[in-house]
Amino acid sequence: MKKWGFLCVPLGWARWMRRDAAAAWLFLAPSAAGFAVFYLIPFVMGVMYSFMSNTSGGQFAGLANYRELLASDSFRKAAYNTFYFSAVSVPLMLALSLGLALLLNRQIYFRKWLRTSYVLPLVVPVASVIIIWQMIFDWNGALNYILSWFGIDRVDWMKTESARNVVIAVYLWKNIGYNVILFLAGLQQIPKDYYETAQIEGAGRFRQFFGVTLVYLTTTTFFVVIMSIINSFKVFRETYLMAGDYPHDSIYMLQHYMNNMFISLDIQKLTAAAALMVCGIMVIVFGLFGLERRYRQFME
Amino acid sequence: MRVIRMIQKGLLTALMGVFGLLLLFPIVITFTNSLMTEQELTINYGVIGKLTEVTSSGAETFVNLKWLPDKVTLEQYGELLVYSPNYLLLFWNSAGLVVPIIIGQTVVAALAAYAFAKLNFRGRDSLFLVYLLTMLMPFQVTLVPNYIMADKLGLLHSTGAVILPGVFAAFGVFMLRQFMLHIPYAYIEAAKMDGAGHFRIFLTIILPMVKSGLAALVILLFVDYWNMVEQPLIFINDPFKQPLSVFLSRLSGEWDTVFAASMLYMAPMVLLFLYAETYFIEGVQLSGIKG
Repeated sequence: MKKWGFLCVPLGWARWMRRDAAAAWLFLAPSAAGFAVFYLIPFVMGVMYSFMSNTSGGQFAGLANYRELLASDSFRKAAYNTFYFSAVSVPLMLALSLGLALLLNRQIYFRKWLRTSYVLPLVVPVASVIIIWQMIFDWNGALNYILSWFGIDRVDWMKTESARNVVIAVYLWKNIGYNVILFLAGLQQIPKDYYETAQIEGAGRFRQFFGVTLVYLTTTTFFVVIMSIINSFKVFRETYLMAGDYPHDSIYMLQHYMNNMFISLDIQKLTAAAALMVCGIMVIVFGLFGLERRYRQFME
Repeated sequence: MRVIRMIQKGLLTALMGVFGLLLLFPIVITFTNSLMTEQELTINYGVIGKLTEVTSSGAETFVNLKWLPDKVTLEQYGELLVYSPNYLLLFWNSAGLVVPIIIGQTVVAALAAYAFAKLNFRGRDSLFLVYLLTMLMPFQVTLVPNYIMADKLGLLHSTGAVILPGVFAAFGVFMLRQFMLHIPYAYIEAAKMDGAGHFRIFLTIILPMVKSGLAALVILLFVDYWNMVEQPLIFINDPFKQPLSVFLSRLSGEWDTVFAASMLYMAPMVLLFLYAETYFIEGVQLSGIKG
C-alpha cells in the first residue's frame, strides 16, 4: 500500500498544486525534460568535445582543436563569408523593409493585398522555388537575357563572386515580408498626437521621421536586427539546395563548413567551429540588448 | 487638391504593386508553368545548365521564360498523381513528420509557456534566456551531439530523430509566452478565489484566451517544418522515408513533373496562409513586441 501512497493524498496534493513554484515545475516538466535531452545536453556535450582530442574516451586537449581550426583556410573563408554576408545583407534588409513598411503605412490603395504579396514568399517552401532560381540565375538564365537587352555581357551568377549577390537577393526575397510586418506593428503603436505635436512645433517631414518615427521604432528595430541576423544564417538552406556541398568560394558559409566536417567525421573541428559560432551569436545578441538598454536609459 | 492626392496615392500604389509583383513572380511562374506540356518546357528551358556549347558558338541562347502556356494541360499533375506513387508517398512522409511536431510542440509549449508567463519560481528568467538562446542557434551547431543523442536513444534513421527535437524546440514556448503575458493577473486571482487549481485555470481560462496565439503558432510551425531540409537529410537515410523537400531539390531538369511537384508542395502552405493570414501576421507581430 505504501508504494502507491503518493496517489492518495488529495488534501495535501491540492494545497501543494496551488503553490506557484511546485505547479510551475509540473507545467514545465515535459518541456524541460525534452529540452534538456535534445538541446541543452547536446549543447554542453558539443562544447566539451571541442576541448577533447577524441570524442570517445579522448583526453583533454585544451585549445588544440581551436588552434587547428583557426589555422584552417576553409574555416577562415567560411567565417569570413558568413560575417560578410550578414554585414551586407542585414543593413540592406533593414533599410528596404523599413522603407516598404513606411510606404505601406501611408495612404494607399489595396494595402492589404500588397501586404499579402510581400509576406507570401515567407511561407513558400525553399525546395519548391529552387528551380525558379536556377532558371533566373543560370548562364543561359532569364537575368542574363534581360541584361543582354542592354548590351551587358553574361555573368555566370552561381560560379563567380556574383554568387554573393544571388544569395543576398534570395535572402531579401524570402525574409522581407517578415520584417515589414514587424515594422508595421511598430509604426502602428506610435500615437498619432506625437506627429501632431511635432507639426505644431514646426517640425518638417524630415524632422518628424528622425525625431518621432525612428525614435519610437527603436525597440522594434533591435528585434528586427536580431531576427534578420538569425535568418541570415538560415539562408544556408537555399545555397545548399542551389549549389550543393561545395558551392563557389564566395558563398561557402560556416554551415557548409560544419556540414562537410560532419560528413568527413572531423568532430573536433566541427564542435570547435560550432562553439565559436555560438560565442559569436551570443556576443552579437547580448551586445544588441546592452545597446538597447543603454539607448532606452538615454532616452528617459 | 483632391485629384492631386488621388494621383499621388495611385502612383504610390503602382510603385508598391510593381514591387509586390516582383516578389510574387517565382510563385506565379511556378503555377503557370505547371500547366505546360513537357515538350513546351523542354524547348523553353532545355538550355539550363549547358555552358560550353553555347559560348563556343556565340549564339544568343537563353531560356525562354514564359508566362502563359501555349496549351493548358494538367499532364504534369496527372503524371505525378497517377503514374508516380512515389510522390504521394513522399508527400505523406512530409505530413507524417510535420503533424506530430505541430501537435506535440503546441501541447508541450503551451504548458511551459504558462509556467514562464504566469507563475513565479526561482531561476525562471535565466531558464527562459537559455530557451531563447537555443532558438537563435543554427541547426549545425548541435549537429554532432544531437546525432550521438539520437543514436543512444535508438532513434537514428527513424523519423523520431526529426520529430522529437521538433516537439521540444523552444519557439512555441517563446511565442505562447508572449501571448500569455498579455492576460491580466486579475483573471487568475479570481479563479484562485473560486478554488480552481492551476491546471483548471490553465484549461478553462488561459487556453481559451490565447486561441489566436495557438492558431498563429500552428501556422508558423507548419511553415517552418514543412520547409525543413537539413534534419531529415542527416537523420533519415532511407530515401523512402524522406520528406518531399529533400526529394524536390533533386528534381531540376525533370521537366515532365517538376513544376507540378513544386506547386503541390507549396499549395498547402499558401492556401493555409491566405486562409489564416490575420493569425499569421498577429503571431509574427506579437512575438516582436517586447513582453
